[in-house]
Amino acid sequence: MTTAVETIRDEPLTIGGRTFQSRLMVGTGKYPDMDTMVRAIEASGAEVVTVAVRRVNLDRSKESSVLHFLDPKKIFLLANTAGCYTAADAIRYARLAREAGFNDFVKLEVIGDEETLLPDVAGLLEAAKVLVQEGFKVLAYTNEDLITALRLEDAGCAAVMPLASPIGSGLGLLNPFSVRTIKRRLHVPVIVDAGVGTASDACLTMEQGVDGILMNTAIAAAQDPVAMAQAMRLATIAGRAAYLAGRMPRREVAMPSSPTRGMLD
Amino acid sequence: MDVVINGEHKRVTPGASLLDVLSQLELDPRAVVVEHNRKIVRRAGLSDVTVSEGDAIELVHFVGGG
Repeated sequence: MTTAVETIRDEPLTIGGRTFQSRLMVGTGKYPDMDTMVRAIEASGAEVVTVAVRRVNLDRSKESSVLHFLDPKKIFLLANTAGCYTAADAIRYARLAREAGFNDFVKLEVIGDEETLLPDVAGLLEAAKVLVQEGFKVLAYTNEDLITALRLEDAGCAAVMPLASPIGSGLGLLNPFSVRTIKRRLHVPVIVDAGVGTASDACLTMEQGVDGILMNTAIAAAQDPVAMAQAMRLATIAGRAAYLAGRMPRREVAMPSSPTRGMLD
Repeated sequence: MDVVINGEHKRVTPGASLLDVLSQLELDPRAVVVEHNRKIVRRAGLSDVTVSEGDAIELVHFVGGG
Protein backbone atom coordinates (compact mmCIF):
# COMPACT_ATOMS: atom_id res chain seq x y z
CA MET A 1 0.00 0.00 0.00
CA THR A 2 1.23 3.48 -0.79
CA THR A 3 1.16 6.02 1.99
CA ALA A 4 0.13 9.57 1.33
CA VAL A 5 3.70 10.78 1.73
CA GLU A 6 4.99 8.40 -0.92
CA THR A 7 2.54 9.79 -3.45
CA ILE A 8 4.19 13.22 -3.33
CA ARG A 9 6.31 13.54 -6.44
CA ASP A 10 8.86 16.26 -5.88
CA GLU A 11 12.35 17.11 -6.94
CA PRO A 12 15.02 18.35 -4.62
CA LEU A 13 15.71 22.07 -4.52
CA THR A 14 18.78 23.11 -6.50
CA ILE A 15 20.33 26.56 -6.09
CA GLY A 16 23.51 27.59 -7.85
CA GLY A 17 24.38 23.98 -8.59
CA ARG A 18 23.87 22.79 -4.99
CA THR A 19 21.03 20.41 -4.19
CA PHE A 20 19.12 20.51 -0.92
CA GLN A 21 16.52 18.08 0.41
CA SER A 22 14.86 20.52 2.81
CA ARG A 23 12.91 23.49 1.49
CA LEU A 24 13.07 25.19 4.88
CA MET A 25 16.05 27.43 5.62
CA VAL A 26 16.61 28.93 9.04
CA GLY A 27 18.53 31.75 10.67
CA THR A 28 20.68 31.68 13.79
CA GLY A 29 19.85 35.05 15.34
CA LYS A 30 17.92 36.04 18.46
CA TYR A 31 17.82 32.64 20.20
CA PRO A 32 17.61 32.72 23.99
CA ASP A 33 20.76 30.53 24.12
CA MET A 34 22.99 28.48 21.84
CA ASP A 35 21.72 25.10 23.05
CA THR A 36 18.15 26.06 22.08
CA MET A 37 19.42 27.25 18.70
CA VAL A 38 21.19 23.98 18.01
CA ARG A 39 18.14 21.91 18.98
CA ALA A 40 15.79 24.13 16.98
CA ILE A 41 17.92 23.86 13.83
CA GLU A 42 17.97 20.09 14.28
CA ALA A 43 14.18 20.00 14.74
CA SER A 44 13.62 22.20 11.67
CA GLY A 45 15.43 19.73 9.42
CA ALA A 46 17.00 22.69 7.61
CA GLU A 47 20.21 22.22 5.67
CA VAL A 48 20.76 25.86 4.79
CA VAL A 49 21.47 27.97 7.86
CA THR A 50 22.15 31.69 7.71
CA VAL A 51 24.83 33.58 9.63
CA ALA A 52 25.91 37.22 9.80
CA VAL A 53 29.37 38.77 9.53
CA ARG A 54 30.42 40.93 12.47
CA ARG A 55 33.52 42.14 14.26
CA VAL A 56 35.04 39.68 16.71
CA ASN A 57 34.75 40.72 20.30
CA LEU A 58 38.36 41.46 21.22
CA ASP A 59 37.78 40.61 24.86
CA ARG A 60 35.59 37.51 24.74
CA SER A 61 36.18 36.20 21.24
CA LYS A 62 36.16 32.54 22.16
CA GLU A 63 32.49 32.56 23.11
CA SER A 64 30.88 34.63 20.40
CA SER A 65 31.35 32.82 17.08
CA VAL A 66 28.29 30.86 16.05
CA LEU A 67 30.62 28.28 14.46
CA HIS A 68 31.46 26.93 17.91
CA PHE A 69 27.94 25.51 17.89
CA LEU A 70 27.32 24.58 14.24
CA ASP A 71 29.03 21.87 12.23
CA PRO A 72 29.70 23.20 8.71
CA LYS A 73 30.04 19.60 7.53
CA LYS A 74 26.41 18.89 8.42
CA ILE A 75 24.79 22.19 7.46
CA PHE A 76 25.27 24.61 4.59
CA LEU A 77 26.34 28.01 5.91
CA LEU A 78 24.72 30.90 4.09
CA ALA A 79 26.31 34.22 5.04
CA ASN A 80 24.14 37.29 4.83
CA THR A 81 24.90 40.97 4.43
CA ALA A 82 22.33 41.98 7.03
CA GLY A 83 22.74 45.47 8.40
CA CYS A 84 24.21 46.87 5.17
CA TYR A 85 22.58 50.04 3.85
CA THR A 86 24.68 50.57 0.71
CA ALA A 87 25.77 48.40 -2.21
CA ALA A 88 29.42 49.07 -1.29
CA ASP A 89 28.94 47.84 2.28
CA ALA A 90 27.07 44.74 1.16
CA ILE A 91 29.84 43.91 -1.35
CA ARG A 92 32.45 44.38 1.39
CA TYR A 93 30.60 42.06 3.79
CA ALA A 94 30.05 39.44 1.06
CA ARG A 95 33.76 39.38 0.24
CA LEU A 96 34.67 38.98 3.92
CA ALA A 97 32.15 36.17 4.27
CA ARG A 98 33.52 34.30 1.28
CA GLU A 99 37.03 34.59 2.70
CA ALA A 100 35.90 32.49 5.66
CA GLY A 101 36.21 29.68 3.16
CA PHE A 102 32.95 27.74 3.32
CA ASN A 103 31.28 28.54 -0.01
CA ASP A 104 30.66 31.34 -2.48
CA PHE A 105 26.96 31.75 -1.69
CA VAL A 106 25.69 34.97 -0.16
CA LYS A 107 22.28 36.09 0.98
CA LEU A 108 22.43 39.64 -0.28
CA GLU A 109 20.58 42.28 1.70
CA VAL A 110 20.80 45.99 1.03
CA ILE A 111 18.44 47.67 3.44
CA GLY A 112 16.84 50.98 2.53
CA ASP A 113 15.00 52.06 5.65
CA GLU A 114 15.59 51.53 9.35
CA GLU A 115 11.97 51.43 10.43
CA THR A 116 10.68 48.89 7.93
CA LEU A 117 13.98 47.21 6.96
CA LEU A 118 12.61 47.12 3.43
CA PRO A 119 15.22 46.54 0.73
CA ASP A 120 16.85 49.30 -1.31
CA VAL A 121 16.27 47.66 -4.67
CA ALA A 122 18.56 50.02 -6.60
CA GLY A 123 21.46 49.26 -4.27
CA LEU A 124 20.53 45.59 -4.30
CA LEU A 125 20.72 45.36 -8.10
CA GLU A 126 23.99 47.26 -8.16
CA ALA A 127 25.57 44.95 -5.55
CA ALA A 128 24.14 41.82 -7.19
CA LYS A 129 25.74 42.69 -10.54
CA VAL A 130 29.17 43.19 -8.96
CA LEU A 131 29.01 40.03 -6.85
CA VAL A 132 27.78 37.85 -9.72
CA GLN A 133 30.75 39.12 -11.76
CA GLU A 134 33.03 38.07 -8.92
CA GLY A 135 31.66 34.54 -9.03
CA PHE A 136 29.29 34.71 -6.06
CA LYS A 137 26.08 32.70 -6.00
CA VAL A 138 23.78 35.52 -5.03
CA LEU A 139 20.47 34.90 -3.22
CA ALA A 140 18.89 38.33 -3.27
CA TYR A 141 16.51 39.45 -0.52
CA THR A 142 13.97 41.73 -2.19
CA ASN A 143 10.45 43.14 -2.22
CA GLU A 144 7.57 41.14 -3.60
CA ASP A 145 7.92 43.21 -6.76
CA LEU A 146 7.98 41.30 -10.05
CA ILE A 147 10.05 43.81 -12.01
CA THR A 148 12.84 43.89 -9.43
CA ALA A 149 12.75 40.09 -9.26
CA LEU A 150 13.11 39.89 -13.06
CA ARG A 151 16.02 42.36 -13.00
CA LEU A 152 17.74 40.33 -10.29
CA GLU A 153 17.36 37.19 -12.35
CA ASP A 154 18.74 39.03 -15.41
CA ALA A 155 21.69 40.14 -13.27
CA GLY A 156 22.55 36.47 -12.73
CA CYS A 157 21.28 35.87 -9.21
CA ALA A 158 21.13 32.19 -8.23
CA ALA A 159 17.86 32.72 -6.37
CA VAL A 160 15.46 35.55 -5.68
CA MET A 161 14.06 35.96 -2.18
CA PRO A 162 10.92 38.08 -1.98
CA LEU A 163 9.67 38.92 1.49
CA ALA A 164 6.41 37.67 2.96
CA SER A 165 6.29 40.79 5.16
CA PRO A 166 8.93 42.95 6.90
CA ILE A 167 11.84 41.23 8.66
CA GLY A 168 10.96 40.13 12.17
CA SER A 169 7.35 41.34 11.86
CA GLY A 170 5.61 37.97 11.97
CA LEU A 171 2.79 39.41 9.85
CA GLY A 172 2.78 36.42 7.50
CA LEU A 173 2.33 36.38 3.73
CA LEU A 174 0.79 39.76 2.92
CA ASN A 175 0.79 39.48 -0.85
CA PRO A 176 0.28 35.93 -2.10
CA PHE A 177 -0.60 37.17 -5.58
CA SER A 178 2.73 38.96 -6.08
CA VAL A 179 4.75 36.08 -4.71
CA ARG A 180 2.88 33.67 -6.97
CA THR A 181 3.46 35.93 -9.96
CA ILE A 182 7.19 36.12 -9.23
CA LYS A 183 7.35 32.33 -8.99
CA ARG A 184 5.45 31.93 -12.26
CA ARG A 185 7.70 34.32 -14.18
CA LEU A 186 11.16 33.46 -12.88
CA HIS A 187 13.32 30.52 -13.88
CA VAL A 188 15.69 30.65 -10.89
CA PRO A 189 14.43 29.37 -7.53
CA VAL A 190 12.17 31.68 -5.53
CA ILE A 191 12.67 31.48 -1.77
CA VAL A 192 10.37 33.55 0.40
CA ASP A 193 12.43 35.23 3.09
CA ALA A 194 11.22 37.09 6.16
CA GLY A 195 7.89 37.83 7.79
CA VAL A 196 6.30 34.48 8.61
CA GLY A 197 5.02 34.26 12.17
CA THR A 198 3.64 30.79 12.64
CA ALA A 199 3.18 27.45 10.90
CA SER A 200 0.08 28.43 8.90
CA ASP A 201 2.08 31.32 7.36
CA ALA A 202 4.77 28.89 6.23
CA CYS A 203 2.19 26.50 4.87
CA LEU A 204 0.31 29.22 2.98
CA THR A 205 3.61 30.52 1.58
CA MET A 206 4.64 27.09 0.29
CA GLU A 207 1.16 26.61 -1.18
CA GLN A 208 1.94 29.47 -3.59
CA GLY A 209 4.38 27.14 -5.31
CA VAL A 210 7.60 28.84 -4.25
CA ASP A 211 10.72 26.71 -4.00
CA GLY A 212 11.49 27.32 -0.36
CA ILE A 213 11.18 29.54 2.66
CA LEU A 214 13.68 31.15 5.01
CA MET A 215 12.82 32.24 8.52
CA ASN A 216 14.51 33.20 11.76
CA THR A 217 12.43 35.17 14.26
CA ALA A 218 9.31 33.00 13.90
CA ILE A 219 11.31 30.14 15.40
CA ALA A 220 13.79 31.98 17.62
CA ALA A 221 11.18 34.22 19.25
CA ALA A 222 8.55 31.50 19.78
CA GLN A 223 7.90 30.58 23.40
CA ASP A 224 9.27 27.12 22.61
CA PRO A 225 11.65 27.54 19.65
CA VAL A 226 12.36 23.81 19.30
CA ALA A 227 8.65 22.93 19.11
CA MET A 228 8.05 25.78 16.64
CA ALA A 229 10.95 24.58 14.50
CA GLN A 230 9.28 21.18 14.30
CA ALA A 231 5.95 22.86 13.42
CA MET A 232 7.65 24.86 10.68
CA ARG A 233 9.27 21.73 9.27
CA LEU A 234 5.88 20.03 9.03
CA ALA A 235 4.13 23.15 7.68
CA THR A 236 6.73 23.59 4.94
CA ILE A 237 6.31 19.96 3.90
CA ALA A 238 2.50 20.23 4.10
CA GLY A 239 2.37 23.44 2.06
CA ARG A 240 4.64 21.99 -0.59
CA ALA A 241 2.60 18.78 -0.74
CA ALA A 242 -0.65 20.74 -1.06
CA TYR A 243 0.82 22.83 -3.87
CA LEU A 244 1.93 19.69 -5.72
CA ALA A 245 -1.42 18.03 -5.08
CA GLY A 246 -3.25 20.97 -6.68
CA ARG A 247 -6.04 22.55 -4.71
CA MET A 248 -9.70 22.39 -5.71
CA PRO A 249 -11.18 25.43 -7.46
CA ARG A 250 -12.71 28.13 -5.28
CA ARG A 251 -16.49 28.55 -5.63
CA GLU A 252 -18.78 31.31 -4.46
CA VAL A 253 -21.61 28.84 -3.85
CA ALA A 254 -21.88 25.63 -1.86
CA MET A 255 -21.75 22.18 -3.43
CA PRO A 256 -23.08 19.33 -1.30
CA SER A 257 -20.60 16.59 -0.53
CA SER A 258 -23.30 14.00 0.09
CA PRO A 259 -25.73 12.71 -2.61
CA THR A 260 -28.87 14.84 -3.10
CA ARG A 261 -30.73 11.80 -4.40
CA GLY A 262 -32.08 9.07 -2.12
CA MET A 263 -33.42 11.45 0.47
CA LEU A 264 -36.52 10.28 2.41
CA ASP A 265 -39.92 11.75 1.51
CA MET B 1 52.79 51.68 18.01
CA ASP B 2 49.12 52.56 17.75
CA VAL B 3 46.71 50.86 15.33
CA VAL B 4 42.92 50.75 15.13
CA ILE B 5 41.48 47.24 15.46
CA ASN B 6 37.72 46.88 15.12
CA GLY B 7 37.38 50.57 15.84
CA GLU B 8 39.45 50.42 19.05
CA HIS B 9 42.91 51.93 19.50
CA LYS B 10 45.37 49.16 20.33
CA ARG B 11 49.12 49.13 20.91
CA VAL B 12 51.11 46.58 18.93
CA THR B 13 54.83 45.86 18.72
CA PRO B 14 56.54 47.87 15.95
CA GLY B 15 57.32 45.61 13.00
CA ALA B 16 54.54 43.18 13.90
CA SER B 17 52.87 41.23 11.12
CA LEU B 18 49.11 40.68 10.97
CA LEU B 19 49.72 37.15 12.24
CA ASP B 20 51.62 38.60 15.23
CA VAL B 21 48.69 40.93 15.92
CA LEU B 22 46.28 37.99 15.98
CA SER B 23 48.52 36.06 18.31
CA GLN B 24 48.86 39.10 20.60
CA LEU B 25 45.04 39.17 20.78
CA GLU B 26 44.94 35.38 21.30
CA LEU B 27 42.83 34.90 18.18
CA ASP B 28 42.99 31.76 16.05
CA PRO B 29 43.80 32.83 12.45
CA ARG B 30 41.52 30.03 11.20
CA ALA B 31 38.56 31.54 13.04
CA VAL B 32 38.73 35.13 11.75
CA VAL B 33 38.85 36.97 8.45
CA VAL B 34 41.26 39.89 8.35
CA GLU B 35 40.83 43.16 6.53
CA HIS B 36 43.86 45.47 6.54
CA ASN B 37 43.27 49.06 5.43
CA ARG B 38 40.12 47.92 3.60
CA LYS B 39 41.91 45.06 1.80
CA ILE B 40 41.22 41.43 2.66
CA VAL B 41 44.38 39.52 3.57
CA ARG B 42 44.26 35.78 3.03
CA ARG B 43 45.19 33.48 5.89
CA ALA B 44 48.38 32.31 4.13
CA GLY B 45 49.53 35.90 3.67
CA LEU B 46 49.01 37.13 7.23
CA SER B 47 52.67 36.75 8.18
CA ASP B 48 53.79 38.68 5.07
CA VAL B 49 51.96 41.91 5.92
CA THR B 50 53.65 44.25 8.39
CA VAL B 51 51.41 46.71 10.15
CA SER B 52 52.21 50.41 10.35
CA GLU B 53 51.24 53.21 12.72
CA GLY B 54 47.56 54.17 12.31
CA ASP B 55 46.59 51.16 10.20
CA ALA B 56 42.95 50.12 10.28
CA ILE B 57 42.44 46.42 10.89
CA GLU B 58 39.09 44.67 10.92
CA LEU B 59 38.75 41.17 12.36
CA VAL B 60 35.41 39.52 11.60
CA HIS B 61 33.72 36.18 12.04
CA PHE B 62 30.25 34.65 11.78
CA VAL B 63 27.63 35.38 14.41
CA GLY B 64 23.96 34.47 14.66
CA GLY B 65 21.80 36.14 12.02
CA GLY B 66 18.83 35.67 9.77
